[in-house]
Amino acid sequence: MQTVQPRSLPLRLPRVRPGGVLPILVILAVLLVLVGIRQPDFLAPPSLMSFLGRSAPIILLAAGQYFVIVSGEFDLSVGSLVTAQVVVAARLIDSDPARTWPVVLLLLAFGALVGLVNGLITTRLRVPSFITTLGMFLILVGAVYLWSDGAPKGGLSEEFRRFGRRAFEDVPLLGRVPYALLVLVVLAVAAVLLMRSDFGRTLVAVGDNPRTAELSGVRVWRTRTFAFILSGLAAAVAAILLGGYSGVSFQAGAGLEFGAITAVVLGGVALGGGRGAVVGAMLGALTLELLFALMNFYGVSGALRSTVQGGIILLAVAVSATRSSSR
Amino acid sequence: MSALSLLPARRPVPGVFVALTLTLTIGWLVVLFDGGQLFNQSTTVSLLHVAAGLGLVAVGQTLVILGGSLDLSVAYVISLSTLVAAETMNGSDGAVLPAIGLVLVVSAGVGLLNGLLVTRFRVNAFIATLGVGLLLKGYLDNGYDGPAGATAPSLVQSLGYQRVGPVPVSFLLLIVVTAAAWFALSRTRFGHHLVAVGGDPEVARLSGVRNDRVLVTAHVLCSMCAGLAGIYLASRLGSGAPRVGTEGLYDLESIAAVVIGGTALAGGRGGVIGTVGGVLLLASIDAIFNQLEVDAFFKQVIRGVIIIAAVAVYARRAMRKAA
Repeated sequence: MQTVQPRSLPLRLPRVRPGGVLPILVILAVLLVLVGIRQPDFLAPPSLMSFLGRSAPIILLAAGQYFVIVSGEFDLSVGSLVTAQVVVAARLIDSDPARTWPVVLLLLAFGALVGLVNGLITTRLRVPSFITTLGMFLILVGAVYLWSDGAPKGGLSEEFRRFGRRAFEDVPLLGRVPYALLVLVVLAVAAVLLMRSDFGRTLVAVGDNPRTAELSGVRVWRTRTFAFILSGLAAAVAAILLGGYSGVSFQAGAGLEFGAITAVVLGGVALGGGRGAVVGAMLGALTLELLFALMNFYGVSGALRSTVQGGIILLAVAVSATRSSSR
Repeated sequence: MSALSLLPARRPVPGVFVALTLTLTIGWLVVLFDGGQLFNQSTTVSLLHVAAGLGLVAVGQTLVILGGSLDLSVAYVISLSTLVAAETMNGSDGAVLPAIGLVLVVSAGVGLLNGLLVTRFRVNAFIATLGVGLLLKGYLDNGYDGPAGATAPSLVQSLGYQRVGPVPVSFLLLIVVTAAAWFALSRTRFGHHLVAVGGDPEVARLSGVRNDRVLVTAHVLCSMCAGLAGIYLASRLGSGAPRVGTEGLYDLESIAAVVIGGTALAGGRGGVIGTVGGVLLLASIDAIFNQLEVDAFFKQVIRGVIIIAAVAVYARRAMRKAA
């Protein structure tokens, strides 16, 4: 995987290349215009708010994936983690409202634990994260099927589901604000603040050049492990929102890991680490969701979704790669 | 990701064969204790069938991984190939050769696209092959709801089910392909260049290797191997199956087999013999668990643990060697 090693520019700027977010903003704007032409109602506050709420899980997953990717690793386990969380939640809550909050806490702890294990295996045992998280993917999927004998059991309480499906109604100006959107905004702000903190700078430095970071006193393994924990936590929150919105199924998280990675790359973040902004990653996820919505409006068959996703990702990455190599 | 050695580290004694022997011995004893028989005809045959399918893909995957790339599109290439094969044959024995030819051309085309994206457009291999895989997925999802076409009966009888003693013809095909790949890697210029590119692209380039050409070739060969696996699966199933590649997790499993076989994920070290060992290990575990009637989902958990553990052992060894 070293063929396209980005030649790190000898810039001394501690901040990431500015303008990294600009291309994705342009694409997003173009898509918004296209949607506006085809379906003006979509841009009315209530439906736009609902759309943002629906997109919250994948945006959060993209942010979680961003932390791992910018530190130079991968997390392929998030999709299976989301599935596992949703199924576990349904079985533990078993439609009993009183168990909602303990289970929510448990899910967060579970997500953090999976991230911790991923991180420790990757950093301490030196297993490439691709393999670690692939193994974790197999383990989680197998374990969750095993634990529930092949069919999801129990059910989510209404208290649990409201995070993903309810909203503050009759808000002036905006119409309705889904709970999921509030969660998203709070966590997005937290993610941005985190990336501006010392930890964020360290994380990027580790991804850019682990050796240099190590020599300047950073404990690389700790930083990377923490990135994995953040990704696990993001998956937990995404699972809570997704479970609420679309209910319990073994397909709840299927393919989300690749969706999140696509979004991150689309947002201008370099695989291999060291470059890109968390805002870009989240905007990438939003763009992807908007693109799917647009395809819907134009009556493109759902089966072609992946073709479009594949085309877009190749185009975006090829364009950015040829541009950076010609400099 | 790993310390790059400039030595022609082409002959690692694949520890995977030790693991394989141990697994088979322990598995044999456990199955015996359980009142079964691990090495009877039918289990051996089905083990080798599983190994043949995964093995064909994994040998191709070894080539790209050795070159420092990887291919996530193989699962879709397999599905596509079963369909191309079955629809071209459409049940007639006369169309076998054209169908095989067409599959190889189509899969080579996909490999060429992968290779060009990785080299000319400098797209990260993970993203490039994922993207190409998604393109194919869309085509398959859009055009097919279920099995289509019909494999020629002669091919079903030969490649699909015929065997020599307990060894299926398909496994013999795997042996031939592996031998060819081994020869290419250890005896030809292409092989040496590929390992050099995977070890250190910059050094290879400065020594006059044409990195791009070598990597594109590896990608084409990898996809063609996946195409062969598709032909095998089509002859096994009797028709084209639009989801067989993804449902078999051939993309991730092939990468796992390569890595268990001792090839470094970062490229430059390893070989196809180890990969076949990795494939046989995965297939044996499958066979043992089937004999013990272990839950399929538990099998998957164990599989995940084994993949991580195997790579951790290799990483430890590499670290000790470096120290």
